[in-house]
Amino acid sequence: MRQSPRHRQRLPWPISAIALFAVAFILSPFIGLLWRTPWSKFTDIVLEQEIRDALWLSLKTSLMTAILCVIFGVPLAWLLARVNFPGRRFIRALMTLSMVLPPVVGGIALLYTFGRRGLIGQYLDSWFGIRLPFTTAAVVMAQCFVAMPFLVLSVEAGLRQLDTRFEDVARTLGGSRWYVFRQVTLPSIKPSLIAGLVLAWARALGEFGATITFAGNLPGTTQTMPLATYAALDSNPESALILSLVMVAVAFSILIALRERWLGRADQGLAL
Amino acid sequence: MFARRALVSALAPVILFSACTSSSESQGQTTLNVYAASSLATPFAFAALAYEKNHPGVKVQFNLGASSDLARFIQEGAPADVFASADITNMDKVESQDLLDSQSFIFATTYLEIIVEKGNPLNISSLQDLTDPDLIFVTTNPEVPIGRYTAEALEKASVTVTPDSLESNVKGIMLKVASGEADAGIVYHSEVIAADDQVEGVEIPTEFNIVAEFPIGIIKNSANKKEAQRFIDYLLSPVGQSLLTQYGFQTP
Repeated sequence: MRQSPRHRQRLPWPISAIALFAVAFILSPFIGLLWRTPWSKFTDIVLEQEIRDALWLSLKTSLMTAILCVIFGVPLAWLLARVNFPGRRFIRALMTLSMVLPPVVGGIALLYTFGRRGLIGQYLDSWFGIRLPFTTAAVVMAQCFVAMPFLVLSVEAGLRQLDTRFEDVARTLGGSRWYVFRQVTLPSIKPSLIAGLVLAWARALGEFGATITFAGNLPGTTQTMPLATYAALDSNPESALILSLVMVAVAFSILIALRERWLGRADQGLAL
Repeated sequence: MFARRALVSALAPVILFSACTSSSESQGQTTLNVYAASSLATPFAFAALAYEKNHPGVKVQFNLGASSDLARFIQEGAPADVFASADITNMDKVESQDLLDSQSFIFATTYLEIIVEKGNPLNISSLQDLTDPDLIFVTTNPEVPIGRYTAEALEKASVTVTPDSLESNVKGIMLKVASGEADAGIVYHSEVIAADDQVEGVEIPTEFNIVAEFPIGIIKNSANKKEAQRFIDYLLSPVGQSLLTQYGFQTP
């Protein structure tokens, strides 16, 4: 009987043991969370006004962020993948920087740039009367700042792997650049676009540091799920547990839903 | 320029602490874990520097934050030796679970002040002025001591103020006002002193003000109870007391 190569390979036991330890380490906190969850109060707590506000605000802002990331991120990814221009490396490094930066640092940077006394914010205030901190718009900005690079780098990697001959052929057959982008390029990079979109959206949904620093924390306006969870730890730890569980469930269902269709094929997509 | 100074001032205690905790561990060194309300950051940082100088081999390590956060950490078994809370409520949470070695006691008090941007551009002179709906007012959750004290003072004055943000702790309020993002907040008098001239304090009349009592205690599970007692004794000594008064606290 023939066996697949994967079955034939046997790892030395210390490697397996270490790997199992790593699994246990990542898995055990979830079990801990489930263990402490007050199940009997689940529906009561989830239906509380403040929790529903936070959930709704999180969904609203993170979807807005996802849309903005696509609108601005795809053209940027295209530029990075296809056009050789001075400063390209710098832009790519910049994307990676905001991805690895502690979010709270991003929040401070946003505050001193778009805040009322900030580099740009002071003119927004004096010329247009726009004040960003403590508004829902600031929440979306904080999320975009941390989430956009995930989409850009993922789409860029997708574009680079694409065989440009398809596009060349389409163009020689008379397709305009815009037509080729829509009909050839975009469908081919769909897996990495969706993978990037999901990563960016998940990152936006979980955003905490930049949001609390730049946008503040007010139920209904700027208090997203992670902020509400943190606030609830003080006032009502049971709510915090249930909020955490809701977020785990949301994240988990996204992964399940997209598992086979896109993430599996695009796992090579996010090569930095 | 102003914003940068505000940032530096907000981070100064942090930098100071990392400076005094980054020295390499030598043999036989005792690390004293002091969990302190973030409002105690400045006087405690100086007290620790002086204490370490007088007690070679002892390193004072701080965990600064909202007293409610710290109380929760201690309840969950964090390795604290000393807990200094900004209110009795959060000390009671620890004490009621029998986590203190002996009864806690009040070692410092302070009172509240309104803080506004330097120069007081909006001419805020009373709690009543905070009701202006266009004014950006920040405070904390009511579980954090300063948030509850603020609510108490506003209630005493029969004033309803809608906050624009609930910060994590008193330092968050300071940062938002010092950076000019918020117009006003209510903090401890001691914060105004520690902030040097980053913000301007506006007095709250005694009739509406409150006495913020800061209790301190030794944690039952501490492995360094003797050292913890010595640190508390130092805070109660004339030198320690003068540090506290210098930074806007009253001592009992």
